[in-house]
Amino acid sequence: MEKPNLSYIHKLSGGDKTFENKLITIMKSEFPEEKSIYFKNIESGNLKEASENVHKLKHKISILGLEKCYSQAVDYEENLKDNLSEGEVDFKSTLQLITDYLATL
Amino acid sequence: MNCIIIDDEATARTIIAQLCSQVASLNVVEEFPNAIQAIKYLNQNDVDLIFLDIHMPDFTGFDFIQTLKNPPKIILTTSDSQFAIEAFEYDCIVDYLVKPIELPRFKKAIQKAENTGSNTVESPNPETEGTVSGNDLYVNIDRRLIKIDIPSIYLVEAKGDYIHVKTETQNYTVHSTLKKIEEKLPDSLFLKIHRSYIINVQKIIDIEDNSVLIKKDVIPVSRSNRPELMKRLNLL
Repeated sequence: MEKPNLSYIHKLSGGDKTFENKLITIMKSEFPEEKSIYFKNIESGNLKEASENVHKLKHKISILGLEKCYSQAVDYEENLKDNLSEGEVDFKSTLQLITDYLATL
Repeated sequence: MNCIIIDDEATARTIIAQLCSQVASLNVVEEFPNAIQAIKYLNQNDVDLIFLDIHMPDFTGFDFIQTLKNPPKIILTTSDSQFAIEAFEYDCIVDYLVKPIELPRFKKAIQKAENTGSNTVESPNPETEGTVSGNDLYVNIDRRLIKIDIPSIYLVEAKGDYIHVKTETQNYTVHSTLKKIEEKLPDSLFLKIHRSYIINVQKIIDIEDNSVLIKKDVIPVSRSNRPELMKRLNLL
């Protein structure tokens, strides 16, 4: 399985540690909220709304360099728009991967 | 250039602000988590450039642009490339950045903004609408914009949230609606003959009762669309 990394954030910061810390803090605060809304929508069967949540979460997946997970999320978002839940398990794993990773930062 | 950032995601706003800080000519004056707040700000303030997320709840980036009477230059920021075609319809949109945005690509977009004159057009340009680029139509498939030669299209079929575009050489499945593609196709060649089908009238082989044979496809003609189809035929 892919491992999250901070390559993009490092490249973006150009060595500016203040920016890196600021961005990570924002992600650590925003990600759990977005994840929680996503799970609520899945539990309620609101798949179209869940697709919007996946759309937003996709950006964080890409920021953390998870290319394969990103590609799966793109497909999953399209499935949700069609009221299909195929890809849900992989997406849940991706969210857990990010949750675990953010906890280490 | 004074600019504002509109994005419902705080992470995205922070990244764009950081990118802006690395370009000397840019000055971020405000950031907004939604379009409504930005509209209120723009009612009282002028800016040179807007970084605008397309995909926002309730009020999309395109909805926002429609509200602006004299829009400044706009750079779209999005996680999808599927809106690129729609973006081409607005003269105020100078570039389209797909997240995650890298600095070299960002700088290129700023250069474009700096080299573009001031905007006078506030909404889709009717002269370019439906042509996109001469005889070509660009469709988004698997995050790539693929060029289709419009006259080669003989059939478009709606299937849920997707359309199947059939051409002389290849078929494409695109996430779009029949209504959207109908607006892009020239009336002189294309006709909607059923709520799920648009055909290229020049490719008809024969018509029988309430169906049209086009290539190898037999397509139903709805009762309401039949008179228009008959009008378009050069009947002997």
